[in-house]
Amino acid sequence: MTETTALPRLDSLIEPARVHSRLYTDRAIFEEEMRRIWHRTWVYIGHESEVPNANDYVTKSIGPTPVLMVRDRQGEIRLLLNKCPHRGNQLCAYKQGNRATFTCPYHSWTFANTGELMGYALPDGYEGVSKTGVGLGKVARIGIYRGFVFGSMAAEGPTLMEHLGGARAALDQLCDNSPTGELELTAGFLQHRTKANWKFMLENETDGYHPGFVHASIFQVTKSGIANLYGKDSTALTRDYGNGHTEFDLRPEWRRLDTPLKWFGTSEERLPDYTAAMKAAYGDERARQIMIDGSPHTMIFPNLFIAEIQLFVLQPMAVDETIQHVTAVQFKGAPDINRRLRQQTMGSVGPAGLLLADDTEMYERNHRGALIHDPEWLVLSRGLHRERRDENGFRVAHSTDEVPQRGIWRHYLSLMQE
Amino acid sequence: MDPILAEKPVDLAALSPADLHHRVAQFLYLEARLQDTHAYDAWEQLWEDDAIYWVPANGHDTDPERQMSILYDNRSRIKVRVEQLKTGRRHTQTPRSELARLISNIEVVGVEGAEVSVRANVLIYEDNLRGETLWAARNEYRLRLVDGAFRLVRKKIGLVNNARPVFTLSFLV
Repeated sequence: MTETTALPRLDSLIEPARVHSRLYTDRAIFEEEMRRIWHRTWVYIGHESEVPNANDYVTKSIGPTPVLMVRDRQGEIRLLLNKCPHRGNQLCAYKQGNRATFTCPYHSWTFANTGELMGYALPDGYEGVSKTGVGLGKVARIGIYRGFVFGSMAAEGPTLMEHLGGARAALDQLCDNSPTGELELTAGFLQHRTKANWKFMLENETDGYHPGFVHASIFQVTKSGIANLYGKDSTALTRDYGNGHTEFDLRPEWRRLDTPLKWFGTSEERLPDYTAAMKAAYGDERARQIMIDGSPHTMIFPNLFIAEIQLFVLQPMAVDETIQHVTAVQFKGAPDINRRLRQQTMGSVGPAGLLLADDTEMYERNHRGALIHDPEWLVLSRGLHRERRDENGFRVAHSTDEVPQRGIWRHYLSLMQE
Repeated sequence: MDPILAEKPVDLAALSPADLHHRVAQFLYLEARLQDTHAYDAWEQLWEDDAIYWVPANGHDTDPERQMSILYDNRSRIKVRVEQLKTGRRHTQTPRSELARLISNIEVVGVEGAEVSVRANVLIYEDNLRGETLWAARNEYRLRLVDGAFRLVRKKIGLVNNARPVFTLSFLV
């Protein structure tokens, strides 16, 4: 169920510590988000390692719009829109593959994987008609950082580096956990269909208040100490990087425990090959620090969530439907940790995940609740009195505080009003 | 224990095809009933120690040791999954899904010692807070005869739409 009305003034629905339920349920707002956020800012598309060879392609998305991420024959990454410019037919019907050209099944127009029209079928009907300017639509700008491919539908705007800002450090931290400094996302994605607005996911990814309750069942069964990270005495931090990027920073806890690979619930002894490769790559001291700090828990606005050992990509399909794409982080040159990363990922996330099925249950209940008109406003005031700035000037507070959610809405409002 | 299986030793190779098919079908119906009625302990006890409980994603011939699956449990993770359901705080199953499944097209593929390989189609109707969901799968089983009763060694649930986004799948499939 959705509501549709004329677009309201967004600043009447977003206050520093509370937001209006309508932001999650109004179809006009969703359409405006597509224009002002998804078709304008930098959106995460995919990872270079998903198209390792020349002419590889994989179908990705920007919101409901499919995007072909292609490595052309020269090795360059291209982002093409999956629509034949002749009569609008869906050009490629497959999720991935390897091909130098795409031929539309309708009238057999053929395009190079760079997007240019190569030829008309029965060309006598196009005498004197130029082929230039008839190519496939493209995502206007491509930005790549450490293998992470982002796209912006807007020809102009902030650079990817400007957009990432402080959150760039999270991508560095993630890659540092690889002995080669590189990821290889080769395990394929689970696709979890969710009847809820995408912003419930955006907000929850760095919410440190919920795990002790939503995930109590699995913490209880596995006798996990993880629940303490989300408790009153946790030294972990929530952080607002600005530009909508947020983080749940567990490093203070891991540094206090001072044990390599504790963050991943394992030890150097159990992963000897990985540990040796890390020490060879970074030296003993730096490798030890990386393995103590672990992998980040960072939500890069609007759709890339690094969940320590998983990468989630959020794809809004409609005001009340989102697909959560998720795969295991895989480090190039580290088979022993990769196996464990896959096993843990399959256990915890996706439609049957011991963790994410419960998060997703909350998202869907959130959405149904948001449709109820009274009370209209949702509360994001937790920890307002104890927000402070970290050494880099970013807002931080206690691990259970709603610093990230306030930061998300601050950026959201600025984008929606510009 | 359900009184559907012989308690005296049975030689699978000596059974007539009709008898074997009947025993296999009865076992699949038993498992279906335990799942539909959330009889978690009884269902968990069907599994052998070398169990593999597998719901592939992105096709039906993926390598679960290399690629992501929706579910890929060994015996100890099956136990964790069941224990979590039993806490009463597995929110996605609180309240529980209302379920009825139909099993059909049962084919005995082969017998090897005390083990029998089986294929069957299953259609599951689920109703929960989100609404109604229909699940369709082509299943593959390996059953082992232990003390006159079948046990589950391997169950592969091939959701026909596993390459597409699917809703939460938190009941026992």
